[in-house]
Amino acid sequence: MTDARFAAEYEGPLLEVSDVKTYFETDRGLVRSVDGVSFTLERGKTIGIVGESGCGKTVLSRSIMGLLPRRGLVRQGSIRFEGNELIHLTPKEMRAYWGSQLAMIFQDPMTSLNPVMKIGKQITESIREHLDVDKDFAYELAENLLRSVRIPEPARRLREYPHQLSGGMRQRVCIAVALAAGPKLLFADEPTTALDVTVQAQVLDLMAQQQSERFMAMVLITHDLGVVAGRADEIAVMYAGRIVEKAPTSVLFRDMKMPYTQALLSSIPKLADESHVRLATIPGRPPDLVNPPKGCKFAPRCAYVQDRCKEEEPPLTPSTSPGHEFRCWFPVGTPEGEAALERNKQKGLRATEALVAADTVET
Amino acid sequence: MPAPPTDGPRDDGRDVLVQPASEALLAPERDGPVVEGDLVAAAATDTHASTRALGLGAKLAMGWMGLMIVLAVFAPLLPVGDPEKTITLDPPCPKVQTLGRTLEVCEITGLGPFADDGTAPGYLLGGDGNGRSMLARLVYGTQSSLAVATGAVLFGMLIGGSLGLIAGYFGGRVDTILTGFFNVLLSIPAIILALALVAFLSQQSAKGGQASGLPRVVILILAIGVVAVPLLGRITRASALQWSQREFVLAAKAQGAKHARIMVREVLPNVLPAMFSIALLGIAVAIVAEGALAILGVGVQPPTASWGNIIAIDRSFLTSGSPHVVIEPAILIFLTVLSLNYLGDVVRARFDVREAGI
Repeated sequence: MTDARFAAEYEGPLLEVSDVKTYFETDRGLVRSVDGVSFTLERGKTIGIVGESGCGKTVLSRSIMGLLPRRGLVRQGSIRFEGNELIHLTPKEMRAYWGSQLAMIFQDPMTSLNPVMKIGKQITESIREHLDVDKDFAYELAENLLRSVRIPEPARRLREYPHQLSGGMRQRVCIAVALAAGPKLLFADEPTTALDVTVQAQVLDLMAQQQSERFMAMVLITHDLGVVAGRADEIAVMYAGRIVEKAPTSVLFRDMKMPYTQALLSSIPKLADESHVRLATIPGRPPDLVNPPKGCKFAPRCAYVQDRCKEEEPPLTPSTSPGHEFRCWFPVGTPEGEAALERNKQKGLRATEALVAADTVET
Repeated sequence: MPAPPTDGPRDDGRDVLVQPASEALLAPERDGPVVEGDLVAAAATDTHASTRALGLGAKLAMGWMGLMIVLAVFAPLLPVGDPEKTITLDPPCPKVQTLGRTLEVCEITGLGPFADDGTAPGYLLGGDGNGRSMLARLVYGTQSSLAVATGAVLFGMLIGGSLGLIAGYFGGRVDTILTGFFNVLLSIPAIILALALVAFLSQQSAKGGQASGLPRVVILILAIGVVAVPLLGRITRASALQWSQREFVLAAKAQGAKHARIMVREVLPNVLPAMFSIALLGIAVAIVAEGALAILGVGVQPPTASWGNIIAIDRSFLTSGSPHVVIEPAILIFLTVLSLNYLGDVVRARFDVREAGI
């Protein structure tokens, strides 16, 4: 893709997302799937977006990519890719970016490959869409791509159908397809959720390796803090369509402020735990995005909740470390937070008991 | 709903395909301690299973359809004689009493049909009401009946299939308009619509200047084809709608593929098995439809034979001692329609197996 827009080297950040809102008009009312999300991503860096199912992670990534069905869709805010505003572009205009600038890996490699098309064809279609090369050369490139995603016997695999490959291999093929046109930014939407645990790490390592070789930025979406722990430069925790805490990875794990982040982390079983210990869970469900609660969206499930939380929504406030922001009136690890937790413990709040139980096991 | 982890990838495949949304819930159970090699091996076994031998019924149906196709394609080369020639009997010819005299009649003209009971030696299936070889007429009738039915379904598939694919892929307003169009066509009684189209097209093509205009076979293909459009269109739409929501379509879009390309390269190949299965049933229906039109007097134009007009021309003989002129083509229609229906089911079943194997 030799487009004038991409020719000049742009000095600023690769992706600047500011106050992006994505709503869907439904019969029940306006669903606020993404409600004012901002972040920036530099070239070659990885941002991890973490949250439960239904918190808007997938909608956010598809909204940035411009891949959402347009019926009943409301998108606001600004998405700047290399300084170019994307949010108002039509799908036709977005096609200049899809594949060659922005690419996406989907959650389920079973359904994101066409069952009746050979692997080779699926990869070369993508190559030939973007590069002006003949068929034989495209196949050569495809073979090299498969080799680079560590698929054994790439020449043979090119002639096979997706059902002849295992889940891990299929996801590698999906990665190869996404990388075919050399994108600068890769969205990976739960890329390992559908995979065998042993294969998960391999696929994540592979993605990290490809990323550094290509100096490609990545938005890694997952519900598993463990997946992003060692792999993201920065982590944004999403809840109910908003970023509730954002920090460089090491800072986040060392000094998390948002009770939701803490709850997410304590719901991961630890090796040090005794066997047959009850897993810590977050009671309740994510809020209805049509009628979200008035104050803090996490208040109904929070162990630290106070009256103020139910009335006033906390703004995204910077923490002491640079780049660390959170939304909470009674942050974890502060005197106010501890006092709030103590009060709730006295009252016997379910969420607090669950969190305290998890803490006791940990220590 | 959750499949036990011991189930093979075949069940997994189906779960995934039917409910991609539940994938996240299923994933931990499904993955389990299965290593990649196992999955590949299991998938290979499954592929093998799907290519298992066809049942006896399917073989018979394929054999019958093969025979019909050979008859249709090679009719002029087969030693069946001329379908339009009135039979001349070899001497000694039958004696016929007329006006007190006895005549030896060697050329049978308008003497009515006869079975192969000695009156028409060499004509295995007897003759028709005009003393023509039934065997020859049936063989040539196969040609025109199959040509009309296949042509009509191909026309219906081309138009209905394209519209259905567009409706299913784009959805929304495009879908509403096209589905409305299909429903309007479906609400007109099929045989009346076909009759009207034949009448209209014959008239128009006669006006066109040429003495004969469009051949009647082409007119019939268009008329029955138009009737088939909404049926094939709706099936294609339903299947395309389902496939268009699969993630690989979104993945292709995210790679920058154009709508036309996604429709033709990604969706269409997945829709084809369903279309093919319906097309086989459609050919069966079209054969019967041609027969019905023939009875109504607008079928393939005599003297050209078709299964339908063989029955139509001589149907009065059914009750007057020579039922073979009706029964013979009726048996051909019956067996052909039966075979096509059966093959349609076989195709659909195989298509399901393949989908489950993915």
